[in-house]
Amino acid sequence: MELYQKTAHELQQLIAAKEVKAVEVAESVLERARQAEPKIHAFVTLAEEEAYQAARRVDEAVSKGVKLPPLAGIPVAIKDNISTAGLRTTCASKILENYIPPYDATVIAEIRNQMMVLVGKTNMDEFAMGSSTENSGLFTTRNPWDIEAVPGGSSGGSAAAVCADETILALGSDTGGSIRQPAGYCGIVGLKPTYGRVSRYGLVAYASSLDQIGPLTKDVTDCALLLQAIAKYDPKDSTSVNQPAPDYLQEMKKGAKGLRIGLAKEYLGEGISLPVKDAVQNGVKVFKDLGAEIVEVSLPHTEYALAAYYIIAPAEASSNLARYDGVRYGHRTSQKVSDAVELFMKTRQEGFGAEVKRRIMTGTYVLSSGYYDAYYLKAQKVRTLIRNDFDNAFKSCDLILTPTTPSVAFKIGSKTKDPLEMYLEDIFTVTCNLAGLPGISISGGFDNGMPIGLQMLGPLFKEEILLRAAYGFEQATDFHKKRPEI
Amino acid sequence: MPLNDYEIVIGLEVHAELKTDSKIFCGCTTEFGGEPNSHVCPVCLGLPGVLPVLNEKAMDYTITAGLALNCEISPYSKFDRKQYFYPDLPKAYQISQYNDFLLCKSGWIEVASGNGELKKVRINRVHLEEDAGKTVHSGTGILDSDYGQQDYNRCGVPLIEIVGEPDLRSAQEAKEYLEKLRTLLLYTGISDCKMEEGSLRCDANISLRPKGAKEFGILAEIKNLNSFKAVQSALEYEAERQAELYDKGEKMFKQTRAWDENKGVTVLMRSKEGASDYRYFPEPDLVPMVIDDERLQRLRNTIPELPDSRKRRYMEIWGLPEYDANLISGSRELADYFEAAVKEYGEAKAVSNWVMVELMRLLNQEKIEITAVKITPAALAKMLKLIDAGTISGKIAKTVFEEMFMTGKDPEAIVQEKGLVQISDSGELAAIAKKVIDANPQSAADYLGGKAQALGFLVGQMMKETKGRANPAMVNELLRKELEQRK
Amino acid sequence: MSLSIKEVEHIARLARLELDGSEKEQFTMQLNEILDYVEKLNQLDTSAIEPTAHVIPVHNIFRKDELKPSMDPEEVLANAPDRIGNYFKVPKLLED
Repeated sequence: MELYQKTAHELQQLIAAKEVKAVEVAESVLERARQAEPKIHAFVTLAEEEAYQAARRVDEAVSKGVKLPPLAGIPVAIKDNISTAGLRTTCASKILENYIPPYDATVIAEIRNQMMVLVGKTNMDEFAMGSSTENSGLFTTRNPWDIEAVPGGSSGGSAAAVCADETILALGSDTGGSIRQPAGYCGIVGLKPTYGRVSRYGLVAYASSLDQIGPLTKDVTDCALLLQAIAKYDPKDSTSVNQPAPDYLQEMKKGAKGLRIGLAKEYLGEGISLPVKDAVQNGVKVFKDLGAEIVEVSLPHTEYALAAYYIIAPAEASSNLARYDGVRYGHRTSQKVSDAVELFMKTRQEGFGAEVKRRIMTGTYVLSSGYYDAYYLKAQKVRTLIRNDFDNAFKSCDLILTPTTPSVAFKIGSKTKDPLEMYLEDIFTVTCNLAGLPGISISGGFDNGMPIGLQMLGPLFKEEILLRAAYGFEQATDFHKKRPEI
Repeated sequence: MPLNDYEIVIGLEVHAELKTDSKIFCGCTTEFGGEPNSHVCPVCLGLPGVLPVLNEKAMDYTITAGLALNCEISPYSKFDRKQYFYPDLPKAYQISQYNDFLLCKSGWIEVASGNGELKKVRINRVHLEEDAGKTVHSGTGILDSDYGQQDYNRCGVPLIEIVGEPDLRSAQEAKEYLEKLRTLLLYTGISDCKMEEGSLRCDANISLRPKGAKEFGILAEIKNLNSFKAVQSALEYEAERQAELYDKGEKMFKQTRAWDENKGVTVLMRSKEGASDYRYFPEPDLVPMVIDDERLQRLRNTIPELPDSRKRRYMEIWGLPEYDANLISGSRELADYFEAAVKEYGEAKAVSNWVMVELMRLLNQEKIEITAVKITPAALAKMLKLIDAGTISGKIAKTVFEEMFMTGKDPEAIVQEKGLVQISDSGELAAIAKKVIDANPQSAADYLGGKAQALGFLVGQMMKETKGRANPAMVNELLRKELEQRK
Repeated sequence: MSLSIKEVEHIARLARLELDGSEKEQFTMQLNEILDYVEKLNQLDTSAIEPTAHVIPVHNIFRKDELKPSMDPEEVLANAPDRIGNYFKVPKLLED
């Protein structure tokens, strides 16, 4: 077994025991990435020099006998919407193609402090708007299980990189499913933490009230380790919540026994492919065997979630993306302009892709005077109803089990004609963001060789419950052990 | 019809930058000036991914201003984003407060109106927001520039907007209102209110209607009012302009105009029809502010006794003339100084005379602020007591005071050092009187010959001889006595 | 309700996005489709429901009024598409 095939918790032992050097791990992973990239296209930027430097620092520390942080020397890939000082941060957009930030996001500062090895920046849908990476302004990432299929999105580059062993760990961001859906499509673990659990400082905003950074990993143990590393209160993020995180690894090991797992009919109805339904049924059986209790719950406003999401997210996006005007950084039109307004209009015309423009347009419309109450305010009220649904459901269960997506990864190009059809991809994942809850996707089966994601949603700040269930499931199954041939 | 037949309706929107050390949402300095783009960080530059965190003092200062302006303070408040594109606005939205849950609303202040009465002018709201950057135009102004140069040093300086109701009825009243507002803000210490540095700014809404009419006329908003004088002059001009248009029967339209200081006219900037294109929504990156009684009480305690109350007290209890009471209470520092000196000395009238005349003269002459004055209130009181005790004369006291002003020395020390103690010993003074008369026989003869004014000359000589230290009350008496003896 | 091309042009102007002819037509169609879809929210009576602006109810998060170092102007201007001295340079602004 090659080093790049291992998990973080396996490598961690090897590095600590001085059996393997961090530089060797970095070498193995970077070499693997060089091999796989021509097929997968997961990375926007590979940071080889920086990676080796970081790895060497770890090895020096090991040789001096310094006590290392848990993930020291472990390669991690970062979605390209997380600000890295001195390292290009593009959001996979032409408008930021050459933007080099002068500052680190708080999670990046954590990663550096904890001596992880940042190997590169991963591709995504432009500004995290999409479910396939086909909206990347740079190129489309391939699903390692089938390079004709999408890896999911928007954190598709991070998911594909983990899946193809081009990194050990990755960070993504999730606004409406952007960690869980690609994790599901690639058969890996992806966790969206509770809103406020992880600092958003340095995450380039798409929809500020929904965005959250989270881990994409090969297994649940790695997920717990990476979450532990980044789940911290940050005074630079006013919406970060000052609530100490438990020891996730320890909690995780309690497993699924005794948990009450909710099944909601609203997530198991029409439009779901048979293999996905079967995977959920199988999941139910696994959990029962593990000693969990299955209860029925109802989330009656689920069918309105997507509509609320596609008002709130574009509205906030239209505001957050207004700053890209070609004055201070990023792309500026080279066409001749007569005034600043024309400069803004042409710069933005050239810099943004179609989906970004579409959402800016939608958002600008719903916020324009006279329409605010009918759209944005209405959507915020529906958001309350959706939160209430979950509050009620969690009175009778500890977590809710759903499919991550209605079916497995689709073929590249098959859904690009109709934006609304693409939006429906997010139907099971958006509620979690609207309610601020934590959600996880794990590998729960296969359909014609393509992974099926199982999603679990938990109460606010109860990531450990999701990890318990996911870990129990993983111990009892071996879906997560399968890796694609590349 | 003449302007007199119209009622002028004016409301002011005033912006004041808050005197915090750091900006509203980041740790950059609020200091005025500096090299372009040297007071800037990722947050105030609006780089991708940054987040704001509210400077608590900026919120507290806003509430303090609201309390001083008799506003209701909202127990729950929040921020909104005001979206518009402008090169000086790095995020393309300004973090501000829209219509609901403003920090302060429904206040009022009292302003001197034309007839000498006090008038209540209502304040609609006081809210907190961030300032924008500065565009330096390549030409002389916005109209003849080929390009703009952006400096974001001011970007993110905390700013309060004070929106007045249209209760003002003349340009003079508007100026009084603005001056009163400035005094109150200076009293609370939340802003340094320098119009020349832009830390106090004012836009005016003005419309005309026939006297007695209920409906408001069509208003013009006037910008670029950079001084108190500009406020008054621009509004006077604009009232005349509008009256003329009404008289000619021209159709009025809502518009924004700019005051051209050099030409003394207002010029059209843009028509405001259909310009309500700002978009607002609640700022998701900032959490709500909850203002409890404990905070309100604490902030209320930071507000000193305000000028109206002080003025009343100076007049009613200490018997100061209105002019003096007005002037002294018009500045918190001056009033505090005055009151401290009165407390030391025990009586107000003498203190106010010295403050109004000698202190003011020297402050103006030396161009220094009351806060930098070297004479402590206690030293002033001590000097007054030296006069009362007859140790120095009132005339000598002026010399002593000037010396105190320049050096900050103790008055007693100055008197000792310079030998300025008044001579009140009649024997000593009589000897000097003899000497002076001996030295000026002609004047003595003139006096005795019936020219009473010759005595004045001899008094002067005597003061000269004693370097002004002779007790003036005794000098005349002794001279006359000595002359009578020589008849 | 249905958006016209004219309204789409107006929104594009508000959003400072220049659109070419085909984009205008496409966006008009697609925006109408999206707006039709979100219409379904009107099936819900929300008159008695409070809006959710923040999912986690925290308040009074402040920083102290303390200075932190600013960036060096060279760093501030490092990504500038155009500059003049230590200023960002932009074309003149005409009021619209």
